[in-house]
Amino acid sequence: MSLDLHRAAPSDRNRAARHAQPRRASFNRLDLKFSPYLYVLPFFVIFAVFSAYPIAYTVWIALTDRSPLNSTISFVGLDNFVELFTNDPQFWNAVVNTFGMFVLSTVPQLMLALLLANALNRRLRAQTFFRMAIAMPIITSTAVVALIFSMIYAKDFGLVNWLLDGIGLDPIDWRANRYASWFAISTMVDWRWVGYNALIYLAAMQSISKDMYEAAALDGATRRRQFWSITIPQLRPTIIFTLIISTIGGLQLFTEPLLFTSGAGGLSGGSEGQFQTITMYLLDVMNQRFRWGYAGAVALVLFVLIALMSLVNYLLARRISSDK
Amino acid sequence: MSVPIRRRRLAAIAVVSAAVLVAATACGDDSPGSGDSKSDGPVTLVVDVFGDQGFGYEELYKQYQADHPNIKIQERGKGLGGGDYNTRLTQQITAGSGAGDVVALEEGTIVQFYAQADKFVNLADHGANELKGNFLPWKWEQGTTPDGKVLGLGTDVGSMALCYRSDLFKAAGLPTDREQVGALWPTWDQFIATGQRFAAADKKHKFVDSATNFYNVVLMQIAGQGTGYTYYDKSNKLVIGENPDIKAAYDMTTKMIGAGLSNNLQSFSNEWNAGFKNGTFATIACPAWMTGVIKGQAGDGAAGKWDIAKAPGNGGNWGGSFLAVPKSSKHQKEAIELAKFLTSAKGQIEAFKAVGNLPSSPQALADPTVADSTNDYFSKAPVGKIFAAGASELKPVYLGPKNNAVRTAVENSLRAIEQGKSAEEQWQAALKNGAAAGK
Repeated sequence: MSLDLHRAAPSDRNRAARHAQPRRASFNRLDLKFSPYLYVLPFFVIFAVFSAYPIAYTVWIALTDRSPLNSTISFVGLDNFVELFTNDPQFWNAVVNTFGMFVLSTVPQLMLALLLANALNRRLRAQTFFRMAIAMPIITSTAVVALIFSMIYAKDFGLVNWLLDGIGLDPIDWRANRYASWFAISTMVDWRWVGYNALIYLAAMQSISKDMYEAAALDGATRRRQFWSITIPQLRPTIIFTLIISTIGGLQLFTEPLLFTSGAGGLSGGSEGQFQTITMYLLDVMNQRFRWGYAGAVALVLFVLIALMSLVNYLLARRISSDK
Repeated sequence: MSVPIRRRRLAAIAVVSAAVLVAATACGDDSPGSGDSKSDGPVTLVVDVFGDQGFGYEELYKQYQADHPNIKIQERGKGLGGGDYNTRLTQQITAGSGAGDVVALEEGTIVQFYAQADKFVNLADHGANELKGNFLPWKWEQGTTPDGKVLGLGTDVGSMALCYRSDLFKAAGLPTDREQVGALWPTWDQFIATGQRFAAADKKHKFVDSATNFYNVVLMQIAGQGTGYTYYDKSNKLVIGENPDIKAAYDMTTKMIGAGLSNNLQSFSNEWNAGFKNGTFATIACPAWMTGVIKGQAGDGAAGKWDIAKAPGNGGNWGGSFLAVPKSSKHQKEAIELAKFLTSAKGQIEAFKAVGNLPSSPQALADPTVADSTNDYFSKAPVGKIFAAGASELKPVYLGPKNNAVRTAVENSLRAIEQGKSAEEQWQAALKNGAAAGK
């Protein structure tokens, strides 16, 4: 009897297990199939609510004449875009300013960052201190940087004009002259971002195998030659990354030029729009002129410009030493 | 792209919270007796104001809270510039959520809100018309929409005078007595001539703070005497090129810049504020509210150096505000009472004492506290007499819906002239950019 029982029990269990197996298996299959989607769901829900919906809404609003001053919203088709492309010199002025300041700030910024990273990649005394120090400007608030720089570049009591005066040059009205204002704003951007890019380059440089440098040194390559023929090609993906990030940031330049002047009319970017960027113009249209539909069109064109510029930069950067 | 997205995120949040609020109030109204419990329970009223000096209501709040123990008042916006304030308010009114229970509307922007009058409580439905006699007729007219809704109750008016540094005048060999100083400049041309005399004697200081301040005051004066409107005519058509008053004020300003009198400081900028502290200019066109700005910026060190004289020309008004109650307020009844209290003759007198905002109520203007008042900071100048003199005879100047945007475009062109550009070219730029801004 007891044997029977013993024999019966496992067989029962086996039978039960055999019955349960398809159910658990199908659950497992469901689990495997859907859990990953569940895990990424929160991101996509948040993305849909806070990014996809606003973008779709921007597209819709750009096709209307929406304004708090109009009691009704009417659909105007592509009128906003037609006006933007054919009859808005202020917008194109802002585009020129934005690209001008982008080139003037990004080129020296990435060059300097490369050189700094290269210097810090060698054995130095207190190298942790130096590596920390170059990253410091990132943690200062943009607003503070802009305020201090706008005092440095003040017309009457500014530090730069005082120095210029000291070496016998005429003071410059930094806000009146277009290129002077571009230069001043670019220095603000660079002061803040050179260290950040240098840190990224440094991290990438440390992952380059030392063997290559040793082999190059054995072949008699100089430090300079090693930099151009090993470091730069090895850094290509990183350079592309920093270029794209700088493009996105540079074409959205806003706080620095806005705070370069204080008082009434800051969004105008100077008396003749000398340093009004696209984002400043966007807010000018939206908040001063209350043309929300038109502002939507400006935002979309800015989006396309950034995408295009990122692509151009990517194609340019891909050519770096790839033929070497 | 990040900026608009962030804005839209805010808008999205605002829309959601507005929906929640609407749902909540709808429920509240349905349940019987909720009205009673509302007025009995503690009510917090939010008052939105702007400007470095605020509106000078602190004492009034204390008094009101003492008389109404169930009401707590919270003020926001002191220190916020008028432009930023207006941007935020426009978004809050459009979203139907987030605005205070009582909000200040500035003279230059109230017309913009005429288009959204349905988002505000029509104060005429709450007995405001009985108060009509408490306000100067033209101030009342500005606060009322073309179809007769009472949008806001007047707080102050910006009656004009001219503030000057008597110590600098003395050093330059000009008279310092305010009667004699006022007699120097019956017209703006003579004001510029006086400036040239000053400039010949004093090379270190400039005569006028900035072109834009000068221009705004001259424009509001000329327009008050002339067409009665500025960039927009009364049918809201942009007339920047056609209105002769604008060209006249512009030419007077370029003449002043050409005479080398301007200190070229952008108004309300850090440099402008520093100009008060360092005393780099001798005069500033002074609407009544400017006395509070001067005192705040120049500080105690300059007390007694400033004085006030009659402005050139024949009076005029620049600035002044209104209090309105948005429909988004959950305590409209209480908010309306508070707005009435703050804009009453008594409230306006208190605000005048606190920050120098000139009352828009004839009763308050006639009250000895205002009429006989002197300002110690301005060498005991009889401010009540100087500012109140012209206030009652003024004609209103109509400011169109995008007045501030167009004004900014014109001001920018004046700044460019200060920076050395040609006046003729800049007038063309003002016409072009002004038209674009008003589109």
